[in-house]
Amino acid sequence: MIDLISIALTSIFISNILLANFLGMCSFLECAKNIKTAMGLGLAVTFVLTMTAPLNWLIHNFLLSDGALIWLNMGDINLDFLKFMTFIAVIAAFVQVVEMALEKFSPSLYAALGIFLPLITVNCAILGVSLFFVEKEYDLLQTFVFGLSSGIGWLLAILGLAAITQKLKYSNVPKGLRGLGITFITTGLMSMAFMCFAGISLTNK
Amino acid sequence: MSFAKSEKGKILIQPLVASNPIMVQTLGICSALAVTVQLKPAIVMSICLTVVTTCSNVIMSLIRNLIPGKIRIITYMIVISTLVALADQILQAYVFSVSKQLSVFVGLIITNCIVMGRAEAFATINTPYKSLVDGIGNGLGYSAVLIAVACVRELLGSGKLLGQQVIPDFVYILTGYTDNGMMLLAPGAFFIIGIFIWISNSLYKGEK
Repeated sequence: MIDLISIALTSIFISNILLANFLGMCSFLECAKNIKTAMGLGLAVTFVLTMTAPLNWLIHNFLLSDGALIWLNMGDINLDFLKFMTFIAVIAAFVQVVEMALEKFSPSLYAALGIFLPLITVNCAILGVSLFFVEKEYDLLQTFVFGLSSGIGWLLAILGLAAITQKLKYSNVPKGLRGLGITFITTGLMSMAFMCFAGISLTNK
Repeated sequence: MSFAKSEKGKILIQPLVASNPIMVQTLGICSALAVTVQLKPAIVMSICLTVVTTCSNVIMSLIRNLIPGKIRIITYMIVISTLVALADQILQAYVFSVSKQLSVFVGLIITNCIVMGRAEAFATINTPYKSLVDGIGNGLGYSAVLIAVACVRELLGSGKLLGQQVIPDFVYILTGYTDNGMMLLAPGAFFIIGIFIWISNSLYKGEK
């Protein structure tokens, strides 16, 4: 249990997927203009991350990784090189299915999240999490927690930036720095603030 | 008419500065921030991305009349991820240490918006030769920023370039100069890119 909480804390605060690993920057910069959009996109990312990370874990561990096909008596086949293609296909297909399901069953939620869903396929945070759990060798439950808390971390970061950007409208930013430049400096400062969490550790090493 | 003035020359040169993929179009930021702690991984990453962009541009341009509009995004994904898987295997075989350092970011070339963006915006409506030039141009534009950022970060952060000591020892001893550790951490990357964008905006504001 303690290691799950530790994974959650680490991926929300200490190595925040956006502020420490730089994943999902593109849509982060585009959509952090008002809080409502940021909230919608953040929730959509969290949802897709929570679902696709375990899904990809199952595929990776039962089909792709070294010796995974042992249940088919083909343990000596290593399909690891296919992981990029499979992961991105799973993510794209999942996003498509969610979009269709939302449109059919919950039009109000679709109206709120619908426009963000296509953006998510190419959000590097989603693919990044799927590649990270392979590298960190998490088990299924850990992957689930990792996906969920990475999403929450991303949501937290984009909400923070959206709030700061709205306040920044009233300040006098140097001309060349307006727009993208100041966004980067702000993100840098946020990232520094998040580094304060770096000392926190739940496990006594 | 010199090469730089010709149409192909323009396609090649424009992405280097005036419509630089990172600074102006804000595509492919993630990797620009993440792999620039040292110069060597940045160079390897630049080469990978340039090759992948160029190849995917040419392939997409060749098959642009064959694929229906509705499934084009999936087609890009498949083409790009095949190329990236190839690049990853080659890196693991020949430069294993750098490949470990780049970790997931080679895989993330798939979702790097530059590759996708150029395929969507340029290769699907232009001839293969022009797309080839466009791919090289954008790859080089990306590489230029990546290498510049990596130079600044490695020099200020650890006093080295490509792993070689650049700032001599006596500077540290005589003047009490110390490396700026922040450059090696995440915030340093954000600040450097922010400052780069500031500089390029100030230099080119007349053209906007």
